Amino acid sequence: MLIRKSSDIRPSEITSEANYLNRRDFMRGGAVAAGSILAPPALGAVVPEDIRDRIPGIVESDFSTPETQNSYEDITTYNNYYEFGTGKADPAVYSEGFEPRPWTITVDGHAGKTGTFDFDDFIKPFDVEERIYRMRCVEAWSMVIPWVGISLAELVKSFKPTSKAKYVAFETLNDRERMPGQRRRSLAWPYREGLTIEEATNPLAILAVGLYGEVLPNQNGAPIRLVVPWKYGFKGIKGIVRISFVEDMPPTSWNVSQPREYGFYANVNPKVSHPRWSQARERRIGAGLFADKIPTQKYNGYGEQVAHLYKDLDLRRNF
Amino acid sequence: MPFGLAIGDLFGYTGSLGANPVEELQDRFGNWGLRFVMITLAITPLRKITGKVWLLRFRRMLGLFAFFYVLMHFLNWLIIDQGVLWSAIVEDLVERPFITLGFTGLVLLTAMAITSTNGIRRRMGKGWDKLHYSVYVVGILGVWHYWWQVKSDVTEPLIYAVILAVLLGFRLITRRRTR
Repeated sequence: MLIRKSSDIRPSEITSEANYLNRRDFMRGGAVAAGSILAPPALGAVVPEDIRDRIPGIVESDFSTPETQNSYEDITTYNNYYEFGTGKADPAVYSEGFEPRPWTITVDGHAGKTGTFDFDDFIKPFDVEERIYRMRCVEAWSMVIPWVGISLAELVKSFKPTSKAKYVAFETLNDRERMPGQRRRSLAWPYREGLTIEEATNPLAILAVGLYGEVLPNQNGAPIRLVVPWKYGFKGIKGIVRISFVEDMPPTSWNVSQPREYGFYANVNPKVSHPRWSQARERRIGAGLFADKIPTQKYNGYGEQVAHLYKDLDLRRNF
Repeated sequence: MPFGLAIGDLFGYTGSLGANPVEELQDRFGNWGLRFVMITLAITPLRKITGKVWLLRFRRMLGLFAFFYVLMHFLNWLIIDQGVLWSAIVEDLVERPFITLGFTGLVLLTAMAITSTNGIRRRMGKGWDKLHYSVYVVGILGVWHYWWQVKSDVTEPLIYAVILAVLLGFRLITRRRTR
């Protein structure tokens, strides 16, 4: 049962016919498996071919923003995913042959429940929601993206972290055969990220498995990636294979690479500039060549849900 | 010609500028500016190696192309990226060293472009030579500006740095020989 809002015409249907068909072909490999397993058994038997790429059972969320969403094309051709190349257009090109199934995720550390799980079993217990979030890159551009994902808070709680679990650490796949960008040390592989346990149990954080109601494309971090909309985009680690509950602040890739420029918290903040550029304004992708930059909001406009986490933290020193 | 292609891409005739056209234009103009500076710097070594004096006739034209692309790179930043918001522009020029470097390079190129005619060259005499030797500084500033701008992948600035080192090194070596 698909509950959808307002417009009956899905934005993905508006993209050109050629693009749409190519996209479906390209996703079919991973999507067929995912679609048939994510669908409840009754639906799986009779799902017609052209909605098999779709993720069924998506629930709407009050956290979604009503702002204009970026086009599927922009979201899937302008990516920072160095595992597939450092150019913005590289991931779409070089991740085409990447197979996100089979995929396993290991959960370890200070938690009551640990182990290694197949992706589909990992996702199954949770509601799949649509979260339309702003995404603000540290490079001072932003998009509005209709993610489909599961609540990280729900997931974290289900693994029963102990009182020693002060942080949640994430790790990406490390496989230079499948991820050609890892053959160069543009960053130390595997990509690592982390959140405090309070951040990880905030209702906004999700693990995204889809985009525009369909299975997540490779270049956006298939099959599963983190989305923390109040932080700079590099916190949104992609292609997650490990989640660890740890006691000490975990290393995070960009902070390790350039500690003076990228911090652990990375909260969006127009008042704390990057050493080499200002963070006061951002360019909204898709607004056109002559559109003005828009003012950046503290916590990317999500202060209502997250500001309380930082009331005692000096945001300038803990950038 | 790269400018023509950029305009073509802008309107979708020859391709596309991608999801972030401002950034793409900035990148292309900057790259072509650097390339033309390198090509201009390559004329003298080429002339010395091949003995073809007529190469010198192209140096001014190539230098002016370099100025043109660097100017476009700057105007793209000033008008389209910064929206001519002077407070933000001044802040960037003063507080972001890589932009200060780039701007200095532009100033030098402008000075050279304005004084590029034969008439002015004659009237300036030795002063003209001194001013136009600053093309070496422009090369260094340009590469440095690019290096300081990238996030982590220094491959491209590194390539330019190596080319520049070869072109400037050539002059150092040949000067020693003629002494």
